[in-house]
Amino acid sequence: MRFIFKTRYEQDIALAKHDGHRFWYSLLVVALFAAPWLLSEYGLAQLTFVLIYGIVGLGLMLLAGFTGLFSIGHAAFLGVGAYTEAAMVNAGVPFPLALAAAALLSAAVGVLVGLPALRVKGMYLGISTMAFGFIVAEVFARWESVTGGNAGKHVKAPAIGSWALDSGVEFYFLCLVLAIGSTLAILNLLRSPTGRAFVAIRDSEISAQCMGIHLARYKTLSFAISAALGGLGGALYAHMIKFLSPDQFDIVQSIDLLLMVVIGGLGSVHGAFLGAIFLITMPQLINGAKDWLPDAVGQAPGLKAAVYGLVLIAFVLFEPLGLYGRWLKVRTFFTIFPFYRQGMFKRQKSFQKSDRLR
Amino acid sequence: MQFVQLVISGVAQGCIYGLIALGFVLIYKATETVSFVQGELMMLGAFLGLALMTLMKLPLAAAVLVSMLAMGLFGVLTERLTIRPILGQPAFSIVMLTFGLGYMARGAITMLPAIGTETHTLPVPYKDQVINAGALVLNVEQLVVIGVTVVLCGLLFAMFRYSKVGIAMQAASQNQLAAYYMGIPVQRLNGLVWGLAAAVAAVAGLLLAPITFIHANMGFIGLKAFPAAVVGGFGSLPGAIVGGLVIGVVESLSGFYLPEGFKDVAAYVVVLLMLMVKPNGLFGETMRKKV
Repeated sequence: MRFIFKTRYEQDIALAKHDGHRFWYSLLVVALFAAPWLLSEYGLAQLTFVLIYGIVGLGLMLLAGFTGLFSIGHAAFLGVGAYTEAAMVNAGVPFPLALAAAALLSAAVGVLVGLPALRVKGMYLGISTMAFGFIVAEVFARWESVTGGNAGKHVKAPAIGSWALDSGVEFYFLCLVLAIGSTLAILNLLRSPTGRAFVAIRDSEISAQCMGIHLARYKTLSFAISAALGGLGGALYAHMIKFLSPDQFDIVQSIDLLLMVVIGGLGSVHGAFLGAIFLITMPQLINGAKDWLPDAVGQAPGLKAAVYGLVLIAFVLFEPLGLYGRWLKVRTFFTIFPFYRQGMFKRQKSFQKSDRLR
Repeated sequence: MQFVQLVISGVAQGCIYGLIALGFVLIYKATETVSFVQGELMMLGAFLGLALMTLMKLPLAAAVLVSMLAMGLFGVLTERLTIRPILGQPAFSIVMLTFGLGYMARGAITMLPAIGTETHTLPVPYKDQVINAGALVLNVEQLVVIGVTVVLCGLLFAMFRYSKVGIAMQAASQNQLAAYYMGIPVQRLNGLVWGLAAAVAAVAGLLLAPITFIHANMGFIGLKAFPAAVVGGFGSLPGAIVGGLVIGVVESLSGFYLPEGFKDVAAYVVVLLMLMVKPNGLFGETMRKKV
């Protein structure tokens, strides 16, 4: 067992709490930077997708997991980022500028969507974000001069100055740097007063307000940051798949993103990336399992949806803290080895909070 | 005349939205949870009706009754197996759970060999018939939708007004704890409410089937019933139907008078406006927490 002997106040807010953290996270970063030489081209592409979805997941995690505002239209931010990036890069705007514009425009849209969040809450917010998602998806399909409509739109490879990032390895490094940067930014945000205000709003709006937290400002800020990360992820996504069509940003994508943060573990930064790994590897696992299953089940087109649904239900019922919660339990089991008891992480049942009273 | 025609077809479509919204509202009132699986329940009901009519050669009325009963049972079971164990958890867990159920239902239907991936038509006796009333051309399918909705609403109204179960449901939806103290088995009622919502969804599916087609993704129409429920006020049963009618008519009119593309988003534009202007909806109750 590890006891941390705190001698300085800075230790309370340090990003790495002890040597174990420092060692393992450094190892992870080294491994990620070495990945192009360790993985096949296909594996690297999958890892790039994990990083991109991880960035988007971070944004949604900040909104849903840390501020308690649920967005059922997050794919719209992804789409705004992707189409902004595509339109600007295709028009010859330098890549870093286009990336920044994608994130900023997404953030602006996020503020716009956040406005109803100040008046409505709970499921009403979910429905208003869902409605917004549908409207944006329709705009993508109809605004053909910019988005190419349902015919789709090709995206050029990114280039910084004369350095074209057209190979998979270079693009992987770009995604890796951005993913690490946004993770550090979110971690730093969460230990700052702003992040604490978000968590306070999640836990109880009324008490947060009593503590002097300006609800409107912080909710809007949370929406803006979340949307900016969504836009950033969307811009990278556009370059990754090189071809955009409106149906990539529909309600199913939004639900997939929510599924990602819920399965990863709401309220943990790790959860965003664990969820992304789940979302990317699951189709591969299902494909691998197809050979073992009888044809009637294995070759059926609905298998993926059914498995997703089953996994989601199982997580909500049995492991509401998600993959990260499961990892915490395993780790606790080993660190305190013979003393782990059933029910150490028991959920406390609470009385149902009514949305109808406000 | 064209206007009246459009309104009638909007009303028919709105009745479907209203019936699905009725399911949300029933569940929301009883258990304070929002069920995203309502559209998929409708889809399952339609497929069940199709199977009964084409494979077992049952007449329409029998098929409707059997699929209502079966879907009701299915709703009760769903509540018992998946919703009840996590009651008391944050509302969002339950929402995610219903998303999961929806995924599973869609996946399961799609996995049915040779049936799941096809689109089907329900062989109803009134298919493609029209009545000419003056200058109006009335589609019998749409009239049936409107008629059945009226009858169903009447039955539900009578149930909530006069039957003991209905009054107990109202009591439980107003205050679960107080209802429990009065000797009402709240949990069992929640199960019944899910059953009722599933049965209503099955009816909606069977009504919709002749107008559109039966396919695995028809449940997505359930997402348009959310705007209906919000416009009517999420906690109000008549509001759900009225909201559905509003959405249906707006959709039908905007499909004709506005440029292409507006029809699909009309419902969502209406709901966003509604949330900005009057978040509690047309018939919503405004309750304030007393400190």
